[in-house]
Amino acid sequence: MIVIVDYGMGNLRSVQKGFERVGYTAVITNDPNKVGDADAIVLPGVGAFRDCMRNLNKSGLIDPIKEFINKGKPFLGICLGLQLLFTESEEFGVHKGLDIIKGRVIRFPDASNTTTNIKIPHMGWNSVRIRNRVSIFEGIPDDSYFYFVHSYYVVPKDEDVIAMTTNYGVEFTSAIVKGNLFAVQFHPEKSQELGLKILRNFGEIHT
Amino acid sequence: MLTKRIIPCLDVKEGRVVKGVNFLNLKDAGDPVEVAEIYEREGADELVFLDITASHENRDIIIDVVYKTAEKVFMPLTVGGGIRRVEDIRALLKAGADKVSINTAAVKDSIFVKRVSEIFGSQCIVVSIDAKEVVGEDLSNKNGGEKRWEIYTHGGRRPTGIDAVEWAEKMEDYGAGEILLTSMDRDGKKEGYDVELTRRISESVGIPVIASGGAGNIEHLYDGLTKGKADAVLAASIFHYREYTIREVKEYLRNRGIIVRL
Repeated sequence: MIVIVDYGMGNLRSVQKGFERVGYTAVITNDPNKVGDADAIVLPGVGAFRDCMRNLNKSGLIDPIKEFINKGKPFLGICLGLQLLFTESEEFGVHKGLDIIKGRVIRFPDASNTTTNIKIPHMGWNSVRIRNRVSIFEGIPDDSYFYFVHSYYVVPKDEDVIAMTTNYGVEFTSAIVKGNLFAVQFHPEKSQELGLKILRNFGEIHT
Repeated sequence: MLTKRIIPCLDVKEGRVVKGVNFLNLKDAGDPVEVAEIYEREGADELVFLDITASHENRDIIIDVVYKTAEKVFMPLTVGGGIRRVEDIRALLKAGADKVSINTAAVKDSIFVKRVSEIFGSQCIVVSIDAKEVVGEDLSNKNGGEKRWEIYTHGGRRPTGIDAVEWAEKMEDYGAGEILLTSMDRDGKKEGYDVELTRRISESVGIPVIASGGAGNIEHLYDGLTKGKADAVLAASIFHYREYTIREVKEYLRNRGIIVRL
């Protein structure tokens, strides 16, 4: 069973419906026991880093998630669910993350600091360059478009975890992979056909 | 590269699409879910539902529309119209909306924008601005000879005296993640967006700006993105009446050097 972790933020229903569309049942829960017993976990996320860590902590979800990942079971982080895996984020002051992937979460350079004159949030459809074509990205051509909405991006210490990059003023990491741990900065559940393809690929891994 | 977005807007009244939708192969031209599915197939980048239901008591209807649409389409969904309370936003997001657009409530109490962007994140708070050019002013003495625009609330019925550019900057400071900018002078006239207004706002803020109001042909969309420097263009009638499909629009824009998702 696929479990979507509910920690009181954002729109989880779209992720659930996305899995249903490609033939998988996913349950939404904040019960640490159910999270521990899952076959696969999805950690979606919108909102602020600090609040999300706080909510995960309050619901007693941090240890079950870490244990789950350490066992090598399939995990998919989406948007903030990617950022939370990192050591720390500089959103609203420096805050500790789950520290499963070493590295930082930093803000896009202000328009005043670049010649590119970019707007923040990075909002809309942008293309990905695939560096590591793992199972979850099967059938996704290079330069495919996905829907992004974020102001911060991840900088992993170990570049080997980078699976995709995207250009927005800077070339940033838009997907990471480490064994069965996958995480994407964009929203597959909002990226029409190709996004659903990623959800389907993830569903196939867990069965 | 980030693409420019093409956004069809559906006016929804009591659960039905209004303002005349003229689709072929549609069982029921007034069903928002069916219309949304067609736009998704054609490659729309986002959808906006504007709830024009007159009374606040009928809010459950738009929530139901969003709920049903989110089961069928997998693209960003923005809902605007009559949003006044934190609970309104929570209910819409829970039903499957990704963003909400706020207009009158922001003008009445600008701190509301600050509060809800802290609760839900800037990414889902769109501030909608209805602006009208100020006429009859002696421009030679004021604003360095520049034009001014004033914002209106209550669906464009009530003037506020607030300067549109200053208001957009303030809303950015208060945490808005995007501006949906409608020119009231141009809305419904099909003479093109107010590109001067759009450019002024787009250059004044660091958040994305969606141009709205006045698109009557394919060239207008191009002008909004180039002369107006908008990040996205919103249109209703040219898509509803099938004057162009979204795909045709995108092909045209791409041929003229605009980066779009095809």
